[in-house]
Amino acid sequence: MSLFRKDEPVSRPMRHLLLAGLAAIGVGLGAAHAFAQDEVEAVAQGEAVEETGASEHATVHYPLIKPAMMDWSFAGVFGTYDRGQLQRGFQVYREVCASCHGLKYVAFRTLADHDGPGFTEAQVAALAAEYTIPDGPNTDGDMFERPGRPSDRFPSPFPNDQAAAVANGGAVPPDLSLIAKARAAPRGPLNTVLDFFTQYQEAGPDYVHALLTGYDQEPLPGVVVPDGVYYNPYFLGGPALAMPPPLSEGVVTYSDGSPETVEQYSRDVSAFLMWAAEPHLVARKRLGFEVMIFLLVFASLMYLTKRRVWAAVAH
Amino acid sequence: MEGHSTYQPTSGGARWLERRLPVLGLVHSSFIAYPTPRNLNYWYTFGAILTFMLAAQMITGIVLAMHYVSHGTLAFSSVESIMRDVNFGWLLRYLHANGASLFFFAVYIHLFRGMYYGSYKEPREVLWILGVLILFLMIATAFMGYVLPWGQMSFWAATVITNLFSAIPLVGEAITQWLWGGFAVDSATLNRFYSLHYLLPFVIAGVVILHVWALHVAGQNNPLGIDVKSKEDTVAFTPYATAKDAFGIVVFFILLAWVVFYLPNYLGHPDNSTPGDPLKTPAHIVPEWYFLPFYAILRAIPDKLLGVIALVAAIVVMFFLPWLDTSRVRSAVYRPIYRQFFWIFVLVCIGLGYLGSQPAEGGYVLASRILTAYYFLHFLVIMPVLGLVERPKPRPASITEAVLGRHGHAPVPAAGGAS
Repeated sequence: MSLFRKDEPVSRPMRHLLLAGLAAIGVGLGAAHAFAQDEVEAVAQGEAVEETGASEHATVHYPLIKPAMMDWSFAGVFGTYDRGQLQRGFQVYREVCASCHGLKYVAFRTLADHDGPGFTEAQVAALAAEYTIPDGPNTDGDMFERPGRPSDRFPSPFPNDQAAAVANGGAVPPDLSLIAKARAAPRGPLNTVLDFFTQYQEAGPDYVHALLTGYDQEPLPGVVVPDGVYYNPYFLGGPALAMPPPLSEGVVTYSDGSPETVEQYSRDVSAFLMWAAEPHLVARKRLGFEVMIFLLVFASLMYLTKRRVWAAVAH
Repeated sequence: MEGHSTYQPTSGGARWLERRLPVLGLVHSSFIAYPTPRNLNYWYTFGAILTFMLAAQMITGIVLAMHYVSHGTLAFSSVESIMRDVNFGWLLRYLHANGASLFFFAVYIHLFRGMYYGSYKEPREVLWILGVLILFLMIATAFMGYVLPWGQMSFWAATVITNLFSAIPLVGEAITQWLWGGFAVDSATLNRFYSLHYLLPFVIAGVVILHVWALHVAGQNNPLGIDVKSKEDTVAFTPYATAKDAFGIVVFFILLAWVVFYLPNYLGHPDNSTPGDPLKTPAHIVPEWYFLPFYAILRAIPDKLLGVIALVAAIVVMFFLPWLDTSRVRSAVYRPIYRQFFWIFVLVCIGLGYLGSQPAEGGYVLASRILTAYYFLHFLVIMPVLGLVERPKPRPASITEAVLGRHGHAPVPAAGGAS
């Protein structure tokens, strides 16, 4: 629709008012844009990256580097979890992450989910029994501890946040049940719109993978890393985090011959944590496809019905 | 709902009931025989879509309420239990949370459609006011619903929004504490929000009935904005509008299914997957996308009280639109200048939405101020002035004439309201 058509009686004051309206939008968005550019340069020059944030400029946006988009088996319309990957990822969680991070919303029994890690019932029962679960009171009124059952949820490594903080230099290691949904780097306005059509929903596992593989880099110019924390340009909360690099080559021994590299561990554990956060993802996408087929057929029939009904009426 | 029903009961049972309570006649006159303009386009299917969305929200909500626990220490884990352990709980929750988003998407289209075709003008002022009232209630309901999962964004949204009341002079603090049920947002706040979140949809349903009643008394507006002049201008609601609305609803469901099954967390915020923590403020507190334009207006004003007033005024000003618009012509189709201002206004609203999602700093604040000023300028200056100075294009004599003229072929007999 053209703004000014010759055949339309647009009076001169109206034309001015119209232009003023457009100018308002232009100035408004221009100001926002100019500011955003400013900030990009600020980050590039590293001038506002100090931890103190005392700079005149507004807050720096973290992460300093955006995570790379990885290829995940569970992405897209027909996405499914890779059973072998989830089993390896679980092994990484259990042997490395679990010493500090809980998984309190995940029940052992779900490890047997067909669409998930797919361990056998016997494997899950044996695994659960390796954990000690506080229970009680019994008939004598005493609390007691017993071996875990498949219906139990993963016990957390620390009895409470205070204990977790004391053991970890003041930083509480977050529970990982939902971490793959609770962390994501901002995508920016254009990507946010595109993501709706491309169905990009993997910002969480991309972030976890980037963080786990993002240690041991030379800090960007101007970034000051305080003592006791570890520089990681992918960290959402600042230039560095309290968690030391958790993975190193060969730290977990895989039984299926997969490479025992930090890259492979990171991918596997990120996929496992996506499953932990979204255990019904496969069922959801499967049902979604069926619903879509149904709705498309239904919509076609409704359209034909509507056409038939209106056939004799000009409208 | 207009005059005596033309309904003739055919079965004995229907005759028996009709003599005692003419409810079948009411349904017949409201949803079957009710005459609708023959030129309604698909923008007019959003009323039916919204009715369906309200029903869908109530049904999914009632089932979710069977599993949800409204307590500060249990709310988050009860939602996780719905997601993991309840049969199809993930589906119910994703339908409900994303359904609320698409409910707002549909209501905004419905609202802009009303603005474009001048549906708020005489004799539909009360219809419009009831609609704005529904929007008001929807905002309250959606906000309190967003608090229920008790994640970080839930908790801090509740904190930010309830704190707005403390801007009221003298009694602000007392009111805020009364709302909280304590000295901070806590379990008591959550519990009352839950109660109200369950109550308000039924209030909305009541106002929707009034809204539909007012619609059926005044009759529907149409894209030409001219009055229905003869039976020829209309068709019966059933099957004509029913078939069109049904198709519109199914297409809208495809959009809903796309989001629910493939992008269920797209419209949410990652921080809400972390349990609410009063000791940790998120880096950026942002509301759901459908509140972002209002949030931008709130933050554009440097003074807290004035910001709150601007926020409320942004919605209240819509109540007065029927009288702020001085033009005698309803539809933007015949208002060449208004049509352009309408699209500018749409862009300004989208621009405010974008600014609401950005941190309140630097150029974003300036941009928010400019667009906020324009938002009010549109209602308070442009609408009144435009109606007086704009020269509208000539309107067709009747809907039928316009419809047949456009098709450019021999007159087709209209099915008419009588068929």
